[in-house]
Amino acid sequence: MIENLKRLVGEPNVLTEKEDVLPYAFDGTAAVKQMPRVVVFPGSSAEVAAVVAFARERRIPVVTRGNGTGLSGGSVPLPEAIVLCVNRLNRILELDTRNLTLLAEAGVVTQTIFDRADAAGLFYPPDPGSMKISTIGGNVAENSGGLRGLKYGVTRDYVMGLQVVLADGSICWLGSKCVKDVAGYNLRDLFIGSEGTLGVITQVLLKLLPKPAARQTLLATFARMDAAAETVSAIIEARIIPCTLEFLDRKTLLCVEQFARVGLPTDAEAVLLIETDGHPAAVADEAQRIEQLAREHGATTVKRAANSEEAVRLATARRSAFSALARLKPTTILEDATVPRSELAKMIRFIADVAARHRLEIATFGHFGDGNLHPTILTDERDADEMHRVETALKEIFDFALSLGGTITGEHGVGLAKRSFLRQQLGDDSYALLKTIKRSLDPDGLLNPGKVIEPESTP
Amino acid sequence: MSGGESTAHAPGPKPEEIRTGLAALDYSILQQCMHCGLCLPTCPTFNETGRERNSPRGRIALMRAVADGELEMTRAFAEEMSYCLGCLACTSACPAGVDYATLLETARAEAEEKRLLAAPGRQIVRWLTLRWLFTRPRALHAVGRTLWAYQASGLQRLFRRTGLVRLLPKRIRELEPSTPAMSRHFSSSLIAPVEKPRSGTARFRVLVLTGCVQDLMASEINRATVDVLLENGCEVHTPALQPCCGSLHVHNGDHATAKTLARRHLDATPPAEFDAIISNAGGCGSHLRRFDRLLADDPAYAPRAAEWSKKLRDVHEWLVEIGFRVPVPAGDRPRRTVTYHESCHLCHGQKISRQPREILRAIPGVELIEAAEATWCCGSAGIYTITQPRTASWLQKRKIGHLRETGAEIVATANPGCHLQIENGFRLHAEGRQPKVVHPVVLLAEAYRRERGG
Ligand SMILES: Cc1cc2nc3c(=O)[nH]c(=O)nc-3n(C[C@H](O)[C@H](O)[C@H](O)COP(=O)(O)OP(=O)(O)OC[C@H]3O[C@@H](n4cnc5c(N)ncnc54)[C@H](O)[C@@H]3O)c2cc1C
Ligand code: SF4
Ligand code: SF4
Repeated sequence: MIENLKRLVGEPNVLTEKEDVLPYAFDGTAAVKQMPRVVVFPGSSAEVAAVVAFARERRIPVVTRGNGTGLSGGSVPLPEAIVLCVNRLNRILELDTRNLTLLAEAGVVTQTIFDRADAAGLFYPPDPGSMKISTIGGNVAENSGGLRGLKYGVTRDYVMGLQVVLADGSICWLGSKCVKDVAGYNLRDLFIGSEGTLGVITQVLLKLLPKPAARQTLLATFARMDAAAETVSAIIEARIIPCTLEFLDRKTLLCVEQFARVGLPTDAEAVLLIETDGHPAAVADEAQRIEQLAREHGATTVKRAANSEEAVRLATARRSAFSALARLKPTTILEDATVPRSELAKMIRFIADVAARHRLEIATFGHFGDGNLHPTILTDERDADEMHRVETALKEIFDFALSLGGTITGEHGVGLAKRSFLRQQLGDDSYALLKTIKRSLDPDGLLNPGKVIEPESTP
Repeated sequence: MSGGESTAHAPGPKPEEIRTGLAALDYSILQQCMHCGLCLPTCPTFNETGRERNSPRGRIALMRAVADGELEMTRAFAEEMSYCLGCLACTSACPAGVDYATLLETARAEAEEKRLLAAPGRQIVRWLTLRWLFTRPRALHAVGRTLWAYQASGLQRLFRRTGLVRLLPKRIRELEPSTPAMSRHFSSSLIAPVEKPRSGTARFRVLVLTGCVQDLMASEINRATVDVLLENGCEVHTPALQPCCGSLHVHNGDHATAKTLARRHLDATPPAEFDAIISNAGGCGSHLRRFDRLLADDPAYAPRAAEWSKKLRDVHEWLVEIGFRVPVPAGDRPRRTVTYHESCHLCHGQKISRQPREILRAIPGVELIEAAEATWCCGSAGIYTITQPRTASWLQKRKIGHLRETGAEIVATANPGCHLQIENGFRLHAEGRQPKVVHPVVLLAEAYRRERGG
């Protein structure tokens, strides 16, 4: 098998030595790991197709990997699987300034796409916290969100076309540069958020926007969490849609400030990081109204970023929140429960209650404007008793989110981590439909098997 | 993280654990990495290969596997630790506060103990340079003299021009252009053991560490350091023969020698006698700050080592801390464009990044232009040019490209290794004007001199 793979992608692009493959045993998810047998780095769509076709012939599972920052165990290997890492597919193939599109290979890093667009006076909005290292293929496969989701949506909203390698090794192109295109089923969307279980994405055609002319960042501090939540509701109710409406609680603030030293107020119970962008007059007006609303709803201070450097520093600090929380305890378990915005305050109170009842340390931050919270449990995977309480707490958080009409994951995907909760959210019929689609596109169950959908044998 | 600003959760290794390898290391240091990958884009070796194994996250995973008994300490492991630059860019990028410096030192020490990379030639060179040469200041001076004579006599030029160089073995040949240009004088002939400010009473009493490489190749940097300190109200103590700081030893897994050298420092210049201990070389300073950890298990020295670390300051840091005097513009000197290359061990190891720029901007006539990737390693990294010549020269070329792009006439940098590497880089990739490489304090000292019409 190894010899064949070397023939397909070239000898140096096949790793089998223990020291080489061991660092591919995990992704960004806590407490899951599995040593792969082999890791391959194809250099073109054709090589990807060849590897997938070969794997099918030999009935070997394939786990696709971008840069392994996933938070649901999506690119964690399976025993005996081939890990197919796309990070050599790292070229931007075209920037079309007449149609405002960008065509990139799947392994291009998100930040590179943003920078390339930015240099041409254009704007690629989706900005997951991991954007400096996550791949665009991984973003599409997880349908990642980011800090600008409230106004600009998520990765899906920018994907116009995809090149995908199917389970049999065929290469399909789905979508086009047309703003409108209804020829046939919308198959492109099927692959967005498919977590490597339906095909391997090899190219992505992205929509770009003109760069907003102005932006203003505000930082509001609160003595009570509720006050922050009320401010968010008030802003939305006032028909203002800022581009960013991020929330950090006190524990998160402390950790982020220790790392980034950007002068965050560490004595506040909660902070909202708000950014509005667009036409300069509109930005000035919105910033003014947001500041007023925040003060009316109990903000202790409202500060404006002095310039764009300070704004970038604040956003960068916010992006480090999850990793910065790892300062406190050995194991950091990040959750992704999301509820309709109107239910946010209830969800926050519930999380505090769960933490107290199960004697757990939970820090919360997240994309408040999207209703997407990241309750983060700070624990130690070696403490069996506490891990048991963590499991119970997670189950309660999921149940409660679902009871509010929410979802078990807003942006990190199901992967391994949440697959046992998926049926509960979807219901039997929808879950069966999911399985039908998986079976028809991947009849041998070789593409990232066991992710998203539980293996048949497990009850 | 190493150095000055300690992080919230950087539990220092208990000293005995440094000696007994990864398995005995405080496990929380290994566990601190939550494999988020945010450090990957800043890691030069990951950028070179795109392979996890060559990234901080991958290396930590390997170390953890060794500690967990899942992986033998193999030759491949040792090679990986040697391939790491030790530039510590990953510690600046890591929000989780992973103490990579301690991890790497521990892993290298263990690999060294097991002699996994032992090749006869390599062992002899190591022994000679680390155990013998760099522990004997007098011998080091003698070598410096010989090299200076070789260069001054024109033999070097002859050697290079006639192509005799080609007769040397390949490794040595690649290194030859990087033999440092030696100064004519050592610091001790330029600096009196005690110097007092020209006017007024001294506000501070400070010790200046001259650094062995710096002392040999650029004693004028030490002279300038003393000058700017005098200008700012410091009484400056500079003992003539100083031991090597031991950083080369620690970075290459030789803790025992490093401890001996640290004790010698504490005996020769007890920290209690000074308000501050000044280092002007990024690499030395980064290690000098860690004497407290190095000697924590030695009851006779631990308290002194702690005081030493508390008083240790990078020269830029100290000048900004005491509110250095901004030089008065003198005459109508033309504007000079300067770009600043950050030494890894100054910016990542000691988190000193703002202060050198503050000093440069304060110098009349200096226009500071930022270079891309200013915080990237230049490939010098201790003895990296010897152990990993290919990657070292790739990084050097990349660095030179970015520095040239700024169009600056002067490259300021505060570490002898970087200084040499960049000077050599300009020579190797010669095209157009050759920018000058200088230490920021040399520019500052010059500005003070100009005030007086000097
Ligand atoms: C610090 C940190 C912050 C984060 N912040 C955010 C955030 O704000 N918003 C957010 O949504 N997520 C966030 N994430 C999660 C993660 O970064 C995203 O899911 C990201 O899109 C994963 O990209 P990757 O290249 O690392 O993919 P990987 O982790 O390698 O893979 C993720 C999944 O996609 C599949 N996959 C990868 N590439 C392909 C491909 N070419 N074709 C088919 N399938 C593929 C894999 O099989 C796997 O199932 C964060 C993660 C970290 C560590
Ligand atoms: S070293 Fe830090 S930044 Fe790098 S993967 Fe580990 S936790 Fe993340
Ligand atoms: S020290 Fe430098 S080379 Fe080594 S892992 Fe960290 S960033 Fe990479």
